[in-house]
Amino acid sequence: MKKMGEMLLRRKAFSEIVMGNTALVRAMVEAGTRVVSSYPGSPTPEIAAAIQSIPKADRPFYFEFSTNEKVATELAYGAAVNGHLSTVFFKSVGLNVAADTFVQLGLMNIIGGMVVVLGDDPGANSSQNEQDNRHYAQMSYMPVLEPADPGEVYRFYLEAARLSLRHGMPVILRLTTHVCHAKEKVAFKKWQPAKPDNSPRFDPANGPYIPLTTLAIEKKRIALARLEVVRGHAERTELNRTVDHGNPQRGVIAMGLPFLSLMEILEDTPTPPDILKPAFVHPLPKDRIARFLSSHKEVKILEELDDVLETQIKALAFERKLSVTIVGKTQSEDWIGEYTPEKVHQVLYSCWPDLFEGPPSAQAVDPAPARPAQMCPGCGHRSAFYAIKQALAPTDITVADIGCHTLGFMPPYEMGQLLMCMGASTAMGSGLRLFNTRRKVVAFMGDSTFFHAALPGVVNAVFNAHPITLILMENGTTAMTGHQDHAASGRNFNEVTDKIPVRQVLEGLGVKHIFEVDTYQQARLKDLVIQATAMDEFSVVIARHPCMLKFTREQRRKSGYRQQQVQIDQDHCEHVHACIERFGCPTFSRDAKGGVSINTDLCIGDGSCIQTCPTRAILPAGGKKKRGAA
Amino acid sequence: MKAFNIYLTGVGGQGIGLISEIVLRAVDHSGQRVKSVDTHGLAQRGGIVVSQIRLGDLVHSPLIPAGRADLAISLERHEALRAAATALREGGCLVYYDTVWQPLTVRLGDAAAVTIRDIDHLCRKQGIRVIPVFHPDLPDIRMQNMVVLGAIAGNGLIPGVGLDHYRSAMGDLMSGTMLERNRALFDQRAGK
Repeated sequence: MKKMGEMLLRRKAFSEIVMGNTALVRAMVEAGTRVVSSYPGSPTPEIAAAIQSIPKADRPFYFEFSTNEKVATELAYGAAVNGHLSTVFFKSVGLNVAADTFVQLGLMNIIGGMVVVLGDDPGANSSQNEQDNRHYAQMSYMPVLEPADPGEVYRFYLEAARLSLRHGMPVILRLTTHVCHAKEKVAFKKWQPAKPDNSPRFDPANGPYIPLTTLAIEKKRIALARLEVVRGHAERTELNRTVDHGNPQRGVIAMGLPFLSLMEILEDTPTPPDILKPAFVHPLPKDRIARFLSSHKEVKILEELDDVLETQIKALAFERKLSVTIVGKTQSEDWIGEYTPEKVHQVLYSCWPDLFEGPPSAQAVDPAPARPAQMCPGCGHRSAFYAIKQALAPTDITVADIGCHTLGFMPPYEMGQLLMCMGASTAMGSGLRLFNTRRKVVAFMGDSTFFHAALPGVVNAVFNAHPITLILMENGTTAMTGHQDHAASGRNFNEVTDKIPVRQVLEGLGVKHIFEVDTYQQARLKDLVIQATAMDEFSVVIARHPCMLKFTREQRRKSGYRQQQVQIDQDHCEHVHACIERFGCPTFSRDAKGGVSINTDLCIGDGSCIQTCPTRAILPAGGKKKRGAA
Repeated sequence: MKAFNIYLTGVGGQGIGLISEIVLRAVDHSGQRVKSVDTHGLAQRGGIVVSQIRLGDLVHSPLIPAGRADLAISLERHEALRAAATALREGGCLVYYDTVWQPLTVRLGDAAAVTIRDIDHLCRKQGIRVIPVFHPDLPDIRMQNMVVLGAIAGNGLIPGVGLDHYRSAMGDLMSGTMLERNRALFDQRAGK
């Protein structure tokens, strides 16, 4: 068996099939990165999985999952101004959380070097939006490199680290979902570990590190000057690519995954346009682009999401009085979605129809019923939503937060009618409660999110006396992103730690009414929610059950594990369908005649469904015999 | 060489990640150039998981252009129909494990479940070769993917990839009893 951890630390040069996220970790090793931090979020958690494959004692750098993205950024910055090359990575919307710190980084002299790895999500595969984080780079004067495939992820990170160290400035490596998750064979160089210098090298003389008034203005001047130096490098770097088809008429400027989609659809084209693929999104290599513009009659800017390149390139052509025709985005659809091969075909066809035999074929009709994501069999959130729904009036307002429990918005529960971002539910709920005496307000919150960004909202509800109920859905892990530990799980990435118990935190914040229950006790949970929501003060119900996906996986690893499953006593089943239509565990299947059966691929035998059957037709594992005896 | 495109799908939790990684590495062992990409994230919670694998020297993007898959592999019946209808080219090949994980709307009684007949009907219309597989009394449902892998290897569905390439790939990714059990099932299903 090939061990990933061994591969990532191999001294000799080698080639291996890896995911973009894994290639990044080998690059961190080769670059001599010393501190890495993150908060989990798709498409980046596999970076941490690759790091975890290296035994802690052999890991050439420190890694932690921090409490949130802002904290992770601050940690990486602190390490870097002490002389240690650092890296922070997180998902697209994670940058919004980190922004307050992040926007200052470009002004600082980061002597150790710092790379910020962003996992943007065009197409919103697993995010609330498809925000284009290139905008942030412009407002904070930071260089951005954008790779298209795993091989480039590796090479571009090494470049970003070198550049950052040389100029003492932060450099962004912008990845997108299908660059993070793409796999291909990458040729890695040899690695000679250097003796680490652990000495604390922070010196205020390297600053100032106090961005205040006049100092801030001076720092901005320096940042802009540095950016111009980097622009010179962006012009010359070997990471730029041109694909010369000898076409004096047409050219395309593209980067990242859209570049690969473009290459793909041009395979069958008799007169393909020339292509320029700059490595840097920011600062743009203006001379190189101007040369490309001058040598073509018409240039298409093929750009996923927003028109960041387009506006700059058009300005450049105007400034230099170039006579080229520049074709940018022509319709609002061009701003939307991932630039897959068919999307690029469509975008290019709308300006140069003669390039292709025809428009892209219409999307085939999908005859199969949709399959939205679901809570897992045995999930404690399911029991919670089933019970809470019974405790509330249909007109009451429920506010969701980010996490597995967000899925409660779907039928049959329809719990959580608004969603914004990490930690937002309590304060949104507080606002919904103003002038509102008729409709109760219940907010939901996961436990990792509670520590991540929810505390200010909770403090505010206590401090400003908002009489809503917060239901803390505590499952002991960061489940949605792959079971990373958090402050209340009793472990961090590296070792066992003391739990920070949510109840004591709440008490410490002055919450007077706190109720606790295991969610499998559905009747009790329902009663507690009725009690809590009847109060005219802020109340919290801790609705607890361990993540059953994590629990079941752990059980399966133990020797002597035997799968348990509930059964349906068909003699007692009266087709009430409470199990399948109101409780909604995916384990229950419906046959054409309305009968219900257990999907033996799925049932984990947790038995949380048993109490939902009014005719007591669901039997616990091995229950048939017991019932027969009674 | 013209590209050969493989579209692998199923429901989160069915072991698509492992079978995809085995196929990817088996192609590599056969000496062919290969790229792939997985779509996970939210899909892990009982949603659709898709992995795309592309062979050939002229492949640029890891994403298969819609309707251009040569081989669709599904670990579940509903997803088999979806893959055949949306991803597979006319005259392609569909291999699927015939288990049913009903989607939400089917369980709520709002949509009809997909039947074997639905799949056969569509495939006949599109000239698609269909290979349904099933293995009664599997000791562990997480081995369904090996039954499918055996069918792929046994029928020689991926050009240039032989039984030993699959076996080497399995050896790259598994060890001990897990490897033994999976390899035994694979060999049995591949008709060694």
